[in-house]
Amino acid sequence: MADSNDKIKVSIDGISVEVVPGTTILNAARQIGGEIVPPAMCYYSKLEGSGGKCRTCLVKVSKGSEKDPRPMPKLVASCRTTVMDGMEVQNITSNEVLEARKGVVEMLLINHPLDCPICDQAGECHLQDLGFEHGAAATRYEFERRTFEKIDIGDKIQLHMTRCILCYRCVFVADQLTNQRVHGILGRGDAAEISTYIEKAVDNDYSGNVIDVCPVGALTDKTFRFKNRVWFTKPVEAHRDCPTCSGKVTLWYKGEEVLRVTARKDAYGEVEDFICNSCRFEKKNTADWVIEGPRKVANTSVIASNHYSELKPLPVIKDNPKLKEANKNQLERSVRL
Amino acid sequence: MARKLLLEHIDVPYINTLEVYRQKGGYRAVEKALKKLSPDDVVEEVKKSGLRGRGGAGFPTGMKWSFLAKPEGVPRYLVCNADESEPGTFKDRFLMTYIPHALIEGMIVSSYALGAKTSYIYVRGEMMPQIKILERAIEEAKAAGFLGKNILGSGYDLELYVQPGGGAYICGEETALLESLEGKRGNPRIKPPFPAVAGLYNCPTVVNNVESIAATVPILNMGGDEYAKIGIDRSTGTKLISASGNINNPGVFEIELGLPVEEFIYSDEYCGGITNGKRLKAVVAGGSSVPILPANLILKTAKGENRLMTYESLADGGFISGTMLGSGGFIAFDEDQCIVRNTWNFTRFYHHESCGQCSPCREGTGWMEKVLHRLEYGHGKMSDIDLLVDVSKKIEGNTICPLGDAAAWPVASAIRHFRDEFEWHVTNSDEAQIRNYGLAHYADPLTLAG
Repeated sequence: MADSNDKIKVSIDGISVEVVPGTTILNAARQIGGEIVPPAMCYYSKLEGSGGKCRTCLVKVSKGSEKDPRPMPKLVASCRTTVMDGMEVQNITSNEVLEARKGVVEMLLINHPLDCPICDQAGECHLQDLGFEHGAAATRYEFERRTFEKIDIGDKIQLHMTRCILCYRCVFVADQLTNQRVHGILGRGDAAEISTYIEKAVDNDYSGNVIDVCPVGALTDKTFRFKNRVWFTKPVEAHRDCPTCSGKVTLWYKGEEVLRVTARKDAYGEVEDFICNSCRFEKKNTADWVIEGPRKVANTSVIASNHYSELKPLPVIKDNPKLKEANKNQLERSVRL
Repeated sequence: MARKLLLEHIDVPYINTLEVYRQKGGYRAVEKALKKLSPDDVVEEVKKSGLRGRGGAGFPTGMKWSFLAKPEGVPRYLVCNADESEPGTFKDRFLMTYIPHALIEGMIVSSYALGAKTSYIYVRGEMMPQIKILERAIEEAKAAGFLGKNILGSGYDLELYVQPGGGAYICGEETALLESLEGKRGNPRIKPPFPAVAGLYNCPTVVNNVESIAATVPILNMGGDEYAKIGIDRSTGTKLISASGNINNPGVFEIELGLPVEEFIYSDEYCGGITNGKRLKAVVAGGSSVPILPANLILKTAKGENRLMTYESLADGGFISGTMLGSGGFIAFDEDQCIVRNTWNFTRFYHHESCGQCSPCREGTGWMEKVLHRLEYGHGKMSDIDLLVDVSKKIEGNTICPLGDAAAWPVASAIRHFRDEFEWHVTNSDEAQIRNYGLAHYADPLTLAG
C-alpha cells in the first residue's frame, strides 16, 4: 500500500488532487468528483483492458509533468492515460475538449436511434446523459441509418444491435467473467456488430452481466423489458446467501412485485460486484432476499423523480412472519425513522 | 545516374536466388555483423546512418532500436511490417518479389542488433506470391547456415518466420499488426505502452518496415557515416518511391533523398513527365493518406524554394502548404483528373478499412464518404463542403491510431487547395450527374445496384 509520500500531484481544471502513481486521469478526476469528471462510455473500472475506444473522455494535457512540462500534442483518452507528477489537465475548461466531445456525441448518435421513449434503457442510459450534456440540438447527418435484423441470443437477454455503440464492454465481460464466450465483434468499421457464433445463444451463469455493463439499450433484460419505466420503480438494496456470487443486488420494485434484479452500481454507473444469472433472473420474490434499505439515488438521476430516502417496509414484508424475521433489523430501523 | 543501394542489382538475372545474390556481395553484412561487431555496434552504425523509418512516419530507426527494453529472461522480437497496403504504395512488394534476400539479410542483421532470437515477417495476406518467394528464400538462407542455430559459428541463433496477414489495411498499424500476429482481431492497441516495452506477447518488440530493414544491409556494408553522406540534412540515404498516376514511366524508383521533385516528375530517369504532354494538376507525394498538393506547391515551397524529395522539404509549410514523404507512394494527377472523385475514392478506402474500434473513425469515415459520393454525383449542397471540413477536424487527432488522420487529411487538403472544384460539383450539378451517368447506371459503388 502506497503511503501519502508516494503520491503524485495532478491538477484537473485547476483543482489539485494527490493520487497514487499509476492512476489514470479519469480516476484522478473521480477522486475529485463533480462536473470535472470526464464522461466514459466504454471504460469500466472492473473490466481489465476496457476504455480508450469511445473517445468521450478525451482531455487536454496542457502540462505533461514537472520534469517535462511540454503539453501533449493531441487530446488523450483520460481513461487510459496515467497521471504524472505535476501534470495539468483541462477538461471542461478547454474549448477544444468540449468541441471534440460534441463531435464524438454527434458521431455516436449517427447510428444510435433516439428512441428513448420506447427504449428500456431510458433513464439509465449514459448516452442519453452525454447527449443532453454535450450534444447539439440537431444532427447534420442526412443519410440512412444502419439497421439490423433481430438476432435471438437466448431467452434472457435481448440484443438490439441497432442501438449498439460498440463500446466492447459486453465482450470484455464475456472474456473475463464467463467460461463459454460465444459472442464478440464481427465485421469492420461501421459495419462492425456484436454477434454470437452461428446459432449460439448467450447462455452461461454470468452472462446477465452484459446487460448491466451496456451503457445504452443494446442489451436488455428480457424478463423486465416493457414491464415498466425505471423511474416508476423503487430500487431497494438487498442480499442473499448465494453459493455462486456475492449475492449483493438491487431489487427494482413496483408495488409489491420485484420487476427486475440488477447488480449494485456505484456513483459512476459501474457494477460493484458482478452477479450470477440465478440471482438476476430466478430470484424475483421478496422472500428470496434480505432487504437492506432503499438504494441511494442521486438528485440528478431521473429516478430521483420518485425519490424517497427512508425505508417504508413493503406490505408484503410486514404481513409475512418469515420475512419479518429476516428483515427484523430493517423493520426496527424503519420504526426508529 | 543516381546512386542505387537497394536496387543496385535489380537487373541481374536470378538475383532472387541465394547463389546469385551472394555472387553480388550478398550476406556480407551478416558476416561482418556476426563476426566483427557486437549488437550495440550494429545499433550504433544504424544510428550514425541517420536512417529514418521508411514505412511512413519517418522516425529515426536507430533511436527506435535504442528504446527497446532489455529485461532479463524475457525474449525480444523483431517484426517486419510487410503489410503494405497504402493506396499508391507498392515498393515493398517490389523489393520482396525481386530481391527477397535483401530483406532476409536485413532481418538477420537487425535481429542480431536487437538480440531477437525469433523474428517475423508479417506479409499482407493477398501477397501470396511474395509469401512463397520469402519462404523459399528463408529455406535457402537456412540451408546455407545464415539462419537457425549458431549462425556462421557465432553462437547466435535466429528463427525467421513469414506470417500471412488477414488482408486488412489496419494491420499495417504496428500495434494492430502485433494483435493480428498473436492470432487476434487486428485492432490497434492503445499506446502507451509502446511495443518497445510491451509488444508481441507482451515482450519488447521492434516493428520496422521492409525497406528500413533492407536498408540496414548497405548501412553495415558501407558504414553508417558513409551512408549518412548520401542525402541532405536529416534525410539521409536512398528511398524507394512507387510512382503512379498520369506519368509516362510508372514504377518503383530508388532515389537519393534530396532529389528535386521537378526532376523526379519530368526526368526520363524517373517518371518521364506527364502522359500525353498534359499539365500536372496535383500530386499525392507519400501515399494516399498524406495531404494532396497542387502543382505549384509540389514543385516550389510557399517560400518559392525548389521542393525536394526529403522529409523536411515536403513537410515545409505544414498542413497549409506542405505534405509528407510518407511511404513514398507518389501519385501524379494531370489536368483532366477530378479531385472530388479522387478524394471520394480515397475516403471510400478508409471507410472500408476502419477497424471500427473508436467512434470518430468508425462513424466519421463513412459520413465523409457519403457526403463526397453525393457531391461527386451532383447531388451535393454548398454546405456539404464546410461539413466535410468540420467532420474531418472532428476525426483528426481524436482516434486511437493514425487511420483517423489518414482519412481526414486527404479530405481537408483537397478542399483547402481545390475548393472551387468542389463548388463546381454543386453549381454544375447537372453536368456532374451526366458525367457520372455511365458509371452510376451500371453500378453505384455504394450500393452495387445498377
